[in-house]
Amino acid sequence: MQQNELTREGARVMTVCNSCRYCEQYCPAFQAMEQRLTFATADLNYLANLCHGCGECLYACQYAPPHEFAINVPKTFARLRVQSYEQYAWPAALGAAFRRQGVSLALLLALGMAALLLAAAVAVNGGALLAPGTGADFYAVVPHRVMVALFGGVGLFVLVALTVGVVRCRRDFAAAEPHERSGLAGSGRARAWHDVFTLRHLHVDGRDCVTALEVRTPWRRWLHHATFYGFLLCFASTSVATLYHFSGLPAPYDYASAPVLLGTLGGLSLALGTAGLLLQHRRRDAELSDPAQAGLDRAFLVLLLLTAVSGLLLLALRERAVMGVLLVAHLGIVLALFVTLPYGKLVHGLYRTAALLKYRAHVEHRQAG
Amino acid sequence: MSNGARYDVVVIGGGNAGLCAAFTARERGARVLVLERAPRALRGGNSRHTRNLRCAHAAPTELLTDAYPEEELLADLERTNEGETDEALAQLVAARSNECVPWMTGLGARFQAALRGTLQLKRTNAFFLGGGTALMNTYYAAAEKLGIDIRYDAEVTELAIRDGTFAWATVCSNGATDEIHANAVVVAAGGFEANLDWLREAWGDAARNFIVRGTPYNTGTMLRALLDAGAAPVGDPRECHAVAIDGRAPKFDGGIVTRLDCVPLGIVVDRDGARFYDEGEDAWPKRYAIWGKLVARQRDQVAYSIVDAKVRGLYMPSVYPAIEAASIRELAARLELPAERLEATVAAFNRAVQPGSFDHTRLDDCRTVGLAPDKTHWAQRLDTPPYAAYPLRPGITFTYLSVRVDAAARVLAAHGEPFENVYAAGEVMAGNVLRKGYIAGIGMTIGTVFGRIAGESAARHATK
Repeated sequence: MQQNELTREGARVMTVCNSCRYCEQYCPAFQAMEQRLTFATADLNYLANLCHGCGECLYACQYAPPHEFAINVPKTFARLRVQSYEQYAWPAALGAAFRRQGVSLALLLALGMAALLLAAAVAVNGGALLAPGTGADFYAVVPHRVMVALFGGVGLFVLVALTVGVVRCRRDFAAAEPHERSGLAGSGRARAWHDVFTLRHLHVDGRDCVTALEVRTPWRRWLHHATFYGFLLCFASTSVATLYHFSGLPAPYDYASAPVLLGTLGGLSLALGTAGLLLQHRRRDAELSDPAQAGLDRAFLVLLLLTAVSGLLLLALRERAVMGVLLVAHLGIVLALFVTLPYGKLVHGLYRTAALLKYRAHVEHRQAG
Repeated sequence: MSNGARYDVVVIGGGNAGLCAAFTARERGARVLVLERAPRALRGGNSRHTRNLRCAHAAPTELLTDAYPEEELLADLERTNEGETDEALAQLVAARSNECVPWMTGLGARFQAALRGTLQLKRTNAFFLGGGTALMNTYYAAAEKLGIDIRYDAEVTELAIRDGTFAWATVCSNGATDEIHANAVVVAAGGFEANLDWLREAWGDAARNFIVRGTPYNTGTMLRALLDAGAAPVGDPRECHAVAIDGRAPKFDGGIVTRLDCVPLGIVVDRDGARFYDEGEDAWPKRYAIWGKLVARQRDQVAYSIVDAKVRGLYMPSVYPAIEAASIRELAARLELPAERLEATVAAFNRAVQPGSFDHTRLDDCRTVGLAPDKTHWAQRLDTPPYAAYPLRPGITFTYLSVRVDAAARVLAAHGEPFENVYAAGEVMAGNVLRKGYIAGIGMTIGTVFGRIAGESAARHATK
């Protein structure tokens, strides 16, 4: 769908919704909608990113297909979201990647990265790869400076790309009328962050989100929590390890050490969450999302799952000969995950957070004024 | 249960009233079948377009502010119906309206507080979270769980009632015809508002231009079948709940979004460019329901609401765009109205506007003097372009012609004797209570109260 066609469709859908308003208490997207009479691209981007895709409004809709108005807010918003991801992407040329993502591409990328690393490892120290020896010395296989250079470089790029994306997103949301006063009081900000970290809008009114008509389960929310917090724990593990390394405590770390404990817990949580979400995807009513985005969703989940599983395997087998190959595979997967971060599903969390912060600021502004 | 199985209670119509009857009959241990004419995706009759129900309450509740005593609800009913209501049944609706919310909650229904745009109902009406379609989804899920059989796409073509006793219903579904036998029947199949031929019998050719706001499945075949079987009619076939809606709405099923709230903020003219009624008579929610019939009486059943730039944004957004113009003459051209006549109407109106302080949130003191008819509130000069217009058509929500029932929801024959095992609930009997006017949310209250009564009566008869 062309950009103009999609935004025209978004405006059409919102015009119908805005003169109905039966869904106004489901979530902030509808309450923000009610503050508007017209729906420009920036407004649609903001509203679409406020939407958590809980799905209630599709089933509640008297205008959903087969009605001639054919209103499907979750699907329309899902499409608009991806379009907004592309719009905010840096460099812009890579924005198209959002539409091309898929599981096989992600796997190929991981394989390519691993192959590159393998070649490098063989060139540098071929013997260590196949017979890494005891002591779980990862750096004998891939030297520490190589890891730092590679992940540091890619990490920096990812950080810049994500930051530019968030800046563009916030600028776009700010263009969405009506303007809120800049800044947000402490309590409002706390409330917004609370909504972000609890996924409050995935359980409207204390009930869970729908996976099909009148089927509400807590799984999607809990699996998302497992994924997100597992990811954070893994990140914490790596951060602690980096700190250790530069304070003169080189790897490998003891099974009872902070990096290993954090990584193990995070890896298990991440593996459980992503595997569950992948299964969830299949069970969920296809009408609740944009089928064109299945690749985008699954690619991210698959890379996270492989990261977790290969990391856990590496830990379990770090004393064995297979460690060298496992390490190279794990690092290849993580690299593939890293380079796809700014053009993958990760961004939904950043832009939704921006939308929730804006929403809360606007609510405060309304209450104050 | 196989198709040939005998049910205790068969319910015809799968909207709010029918499902309430089915639940209650099932709670009493009856084997229940619901025949829903619509396909699954469009189930629920007009209830899928509703949003709230009116309920009396003695003290503030989690949902409703202050108190709304039964007597007040009854008085509201009597006033809007100009005293023409079945007093005993109206009293029953008022008295049992306060049981509705807890009972519905027990079935899984969720409610929400009234928000912007509906605040005037926060004392009297409980709002369904997500609206009537969400409520119907909850009800159907509950029905399945309770072991109530449901058939979709099931049109009843014949109701076999001999000497006041129901024997079977002939059901046509997916091309196959089937006879359903049961010990009792609850008819909850709505009015005849979607039957354009029947509307024409009542309204003449004017009916051609009516728009049906709700389900296209309410063609009144069950109402007709009951009347043909000797049920006593109640109400005037011309009486209905009709509002003025956007003339560009689809012929059927346009629902809530086709309404226009701008009428009191401007003027309304007919096909000849002349005003015909006091647009500012009273607060819009109170007068909303008279405009359908007003427009129905105009030539070609069309009228135009015209506002200027001063009031844009003061009314709920419309689903169809306003027809705009920089001058009244240009607007007339766009609406294909006689330009000089419209200009004269606006000029006369503007001259008659008295000074006052405009406030659209209350009955203000802005009025005209010396016009026929005058506009008694919110009268401001139409002088700020762009001017905006919306075409109005009568939008019929439901008809009041009904079968007479008693307090046990038994259908009564012409001589006043009840039928043996035939019960009615919802629109098909709402005319016992509603003869002239409507108050927001009362249709769902009547459906819930009488649905429960009908289900209980039917189950008692069927299982004894």
